[in-house]
Parts: sequence; C-alpha cells; structure tokens
Amino acid sequence: MKIGLFIPCFMNELYPQASMDTLKILESFGLDVEYPMEQTCCGQPQANTGCAHEASILAKRFLQIFKKYDYIVAPSGSCVSMVRYNYAQFLEGMDGFEHIKNNTFELIEFIHDIIKPDSLHVSFPHKVSIHNSCHAHRELGLASMSEKSVTPFSKIKDILEMVDGISFATLQRNDECCGFGGTFAVTEEAMSIAMGRDRVADHIRSGSEYITGVDMSCLMHMQGIIEREKLPIQTIYIAQILARGLK
Amino acid sequence: MSELGHPRLAQKFASDTKRMHWHDKALWFVREKRDVQTHSLDEWEELRECADKIKTHTLENLAFYLEEFERNTRENGIEVHWAKDADEHNKIVLDILQKHDASKLVKSKSMLTEECHLNPFLEKNGIEVVDTDLGERIVQLRHEAPSHIVLPAIHLKKEDVGKTFEEFLHTQKDNSDPTYLTRAAREHLREKFLGSDASLTGVNFAISETGGIVVCTNEGNADLGASLPKLHIACMGIEKIIPRLEDLAIFTRVLARSATGQPVTTYTTHYHEPQRDGEMHIVIVDNGRSKILANKKYLKSLQCIRCGACINTCPIYRRSGGYSYGYTIPGPIGSTLGASHDIKRNFTLPFACSLCASCTNVCPVKVDLHEQLYLHRQDVVDLGLLDKKKLQALKIATFFMQHPLLMDIGGKIARVVMPLLPRSIVYSKYNIWGKNRELPKFPKNSFKELYKKRKR
Repeated sequence: MKIGLFIPCFMNELYPQASMDTLKILESFGLDVEYPMEQTCCGQPQANTGCAHEASILAKRFLQIFKKYDYIVAPSGSCVSMVRYNYAQFLEGMDGFEHIKNNTFELIEFIHDIIKPDSLHVSFPHKVSIHNSCHAHRELGLASMSEKSVTPFSKIKDILEMVDGISFATLQRNDECCGFGGTFAVTEEAMSIAMGRDRVADHIRSGSEYITGVDMSCLMHMQGIIEREKLPIQTIYIAQILARGLK
Repeated sequence: MSELGHPRLAQKFASDTKRMHWHDKALWFVREKRDVQTHSLDEWEELRECADKIKTHTLENLAFYLEEFERNTRENGIEVHWAKDADEHNKIVLDILQKHDASKLVKSKSMLTEECHLNPFLEKNGIEVVDTDLGERIVQLRHEAPSHIVLPAIHLKKEDVGKTFEEFLHTQKDNSDPTYLTRAAREHLREKFLGSDASLTGVNFAISETGGIVVCTNEGNADLGASLPKLHIACMGIEKIIPRLEDLAIFTRVLARSATGQPVTTYTTHYHEPQRDGEMHIVIVDNGRSKILANKKYLKSLQCIRCGACINTCPIYRRSGGYSYGYTIPGPIGSTLGASHDIKRNFTLPFACSLCASCTNVCPVKVDLHEQLYLHRQDVVDLGLLDKKKLQALKIATFFMQHPLLMDIGGKIARVVMPLLPRSIVYSKYNIWGKNRELPKFPKNSFKELYKKRKR
C-alpha cells in the first residue's frame, strides 16, 4: 500500500513542522509514504473565487501526480473536500478520477476510517477545544453537525481521546465558521475578522488552553487574531499533538 | 445602496460592534429554538427528504400543476391572473382595486410584493397601503424595507420601535415596553382593518389538487384582513405550488420549526373560495422564475419555502444585517436568487459567503445553497465582473503553481526576505490580511526542503 502525501501549498511554505508531523504519524503506523515533489496546489483558491479555467488546470495536474497512489492523505479537510466534491466539474470521466475521488483522505479521517488504531502512545496533559472546520465537518462529515438531527459523533474526538492526559472544553457554538474561508478572508475582511474574533472568544470562554483542529488555514486565521490582540489561548494543529515524541 | 457591494455595507454594519453582537445573538437564539424543535423529531431528516422530493417532482412538472391549480381554482369561484413580471403584477392588482373603487388596502406579509415594489406603485396611484404584520408595519412607518423575510424588523431594538411609534402613533414619550407598544399597534391596526376596502395576502402553499391556498401567520393579521373587507387578493410566485393536500402536512411541519422554532404556526388558514358576496383573486407571478427553472445549476432555489432558516444560521448575515445585501431577500437564499435575477447588480453576493455550508444543511427542503453560490462565482468571472487585480493575482498564482521550481524559488525568497523587512512595510495598507491579524512567522525551510534533507 503506497500513500501519496498531499501537503497543501501554504503548509509547505509556512508550516513545515505541522507537515512533517503529519508524515511522522503516517510512518509510525508502518505505512509506505511518499511526497511527490512536483505537487503544488489543488486549485481551491481559484475555484472558490470562480476561476474555473485556472482551477481545472491545477485539478488535471493534481490527477496526473497523484493517481498512481493507493491512498492520498492530506493534513487538510478543505483541500480534500476540493478533490472529493469539487473536482468532478473539471475531471469527470477522466482516467483515474474516480480513484482519487474515492481514495483521498484527510489525515484524521484516514486514521479513523482506514488505519483504525486501538491506541496511540502519546501524552498531552492539556485542556483543548476542537475547532470543527466547515469543509471537514459538513462536507467530509468528520463529526455530526448541529444542523442535523443525527446521533452525535466526532471522529476527531475519537482519535484525541486516545491521547493520555488530554481533556476537552465545551464550546457554546460547536460548529460555527471561524471566517477564514480562503479568499473570503480578504474579500470580506470585516466579516472574516468579526467571525474570527467571536470564535476565538468562545474558545477562551470554554477554559481551553489550545484550539486544535484538522485545518491549519482556520488555525492560521485565528492565531493571527490571537497574536494581534494578545489573547490568552494558543492554536495547535492536531498532528502536532499526535506526533509528540515521534522521530 | 447595492453600488457599494456587500463587503463595504457589511463593514459599516459591523463597525458598531455592540449592535452587531446583539443582532448576531438575536438570530442565533432563533436558530437554537429551531434546533430544539428539529432535534426532538426522530424523523426530521426524513421530513426534509420528503419535502425535497415533493418540490423536485413539482418543479419537474410545474406547467401541469399550475394548469391543474388554475382549473380547480376557477371551479371554486376564484379569479386567476397571470403576471409575467413585476410591472404586470402591480398593474393587475391596481386594476382589480380600481374596478372595486377600493382605495384602502390592508396587506399581510408577502415578500413577493416587496420584490415587485407594489407598495410605492399603489401609493403613487392613490391607494393607501397598510402592512398589518407588526414587524412589517414598523418598517413601513420608518420607510424601510424588511431586513429579514420572516422577522422584518429584527434589525431594530425595542427602543427604536418606541421612538417610531412615538412619532407616528403618538405613544408615550420614551415608553418602549413591548406589551405597551404591541397594544398600541393593535389599536392602530384594528382601525385600519375596519376601514379597509380590500385585503392582500401572500401565499405559503398553493394546492393544485384542491385549487386552494394556505397562508401561515402568527399574528392572525392575514385572517382578519381576508375576512373583513369583501375583496381578497392573494399574490404568489409560480413556485408556491404543491400537488396534493396531503403533501401540505410535510410542509407545515417543517416550515414553522425552521422559521421560528415553533411546532406549527399559530394560524394556518386555508382559502378555497371567496367569502359570501365577496370576490377572491389569485395573481400568479413569474418575474424571472422561469429563467431559473430552465437553469439546472440554480433550479433548486425555486424549492425555497421562505422559512428564513438559512438566513438565521448564516454567520455573515448575523453580523452584516439584511440591508448589507442590497436585495429584497437577504442571506444565502437571497444571494443566489439575487445573482440569478441580476448578476451585474448583485455580483458581490455570491462572495458574501465563507462556503461554510450551514445553510444547505439547515434548509428544510434541501436547497443546495452554498453550492449555488460557489457556481455563481464562476458566472461572475465569466462575465468579467471580478475585480481585475484579484483575477490577475490568481492567474499569476496559477502560472507559478504549474512550475514547482518557480514556486520553490518564490517561497525561498519570501521566507528569507519577509523576516528582514520592517513591520511598517510588511503591514502596509496593501496587506489586507494584516490589517487586523498577524501573518504567520516565516520559517527557515519549507516542508519540501526538510523532506529532502530527511530522505538523505
């Protein structure tokens, strides 16, 4: 089983440690993981801004680079959601598309659904609160959403509960958007900031020490607000909890 | 107003942080009430599924059901009129009123007449129009439009209402006690009802099988209006049709729960014939709907039952207010309908959305709202309406992204140079991200560099 590691473009440039932690976790399960060097971006910024032509160029590129892997795993819910739900418009009917659509996973989803570990040998004695990032939450279905009448579940929490010493804080609004939204963060700057501030405030009110989640982009946005306003909380990407002590 | 576009109007609304938070909380309260109601039903998701299927089927066979409805309605003694656009609709209503020498009209809530701008048209032609829904009456007195489709005065605090009533209804100075104000409104409206020549209502559901219409309200104002004067006009869009009476059971169950978190509206009234010695007219309006019907991408927006749940859940609407959209209907549903209606005028609306998908999942008839907004963005680009600088930046980024070596070099330069630049340059006015947020710290190496080193 060969895994293609798909690292979002901005994480490659700005979050090498979080990306490395993703690789380490996958390798700790004894998996054969490869990072294809020619990868760049999945095209989500273009697609979400309506630039279908540009997005389709990058989607085709992605397909050619990744179709040879059994599984494609990425430390991002929203980039995976792009592949799974938005690529069809550009790639429908092309060789390998069904394969990448069905076999591209967000990291936690992959661990939870495919690897299914019984235990993790890691400790993180802190109180954390989970940021349910929208695309991982409502598109990929990593946890039950508040809009629906279904039995509550959270794949993220299931995995984090295997961490020694961790405890969870409860939010007032469990799955409201943080306002990152890709280019939305700039196009609708005032809304993005208002939403981000409210989200961070909810996490602080919960008594949490760390906001964690499966999308670094949302955490980057909230961390930006936390640092500017010198707020008493930190963000930590989920792989950075799970990979503690791994070499 | 819409010339400014959503981002600037939203910024204006949000600049009063206290009021923005008050608005956000007021609507979140309604969303939570809705959750309590919907989560208490085991069959909620099944109800949504049924509602979706009925609406999908109806839209696929809309011509058939509209004609069946017309036939049955006429058999019931109700007159039917067809209007292709807002102008025709307004003229038909005026014509009916003039034929009856009616100069005083009481209206209950109808977003369609807002869409057609009926009130100013009738007023210009000498008709006194009184909106009788309390919220609608408040905004009418203030010469404002509704800022929400179910809660038209949600942008106003009770003190604002007190001042408005003080000015127009001569209530006590600085008295903003809700009970006192409601009683004053009731007295004022009672006179208007009694003195009216005709009434106009909207339509929540038009039942093809029976040729009757159903109006859902909480205040009973539609009932009072339609019962007192002898002339009743009901205006509806072509998409209000449902096939059978038994289908109504699904929709009355999802409508009130989604709209206000009530199990059912206080009044659910069926109108199947004119009152004794009276007349009843139904005006069926297209006004751009058949254009949407013909467009697969946006077709499902015609399934909307105007419950407002997508508006209440929208984190942007709650923080930007109804007027920031500059369109009759705000929020996610308004953004897609507005873009379908006139994309040149409303091109900022598909972007007034973080694609969080809460709307799509809260919608009781499963309108694929956020997916429609995503697709409307492509239309904005195709029509050349996207900001040129933004388009250029994305084109350049796409070029880089096709050449990994250029990406690597660009990234390297940025990681070396950025930490050396003074803060005043990094956080200049061109850095919109950095206006209210710190940028992430630029690391020494990219992941790719670390990966190569590790492999060796």
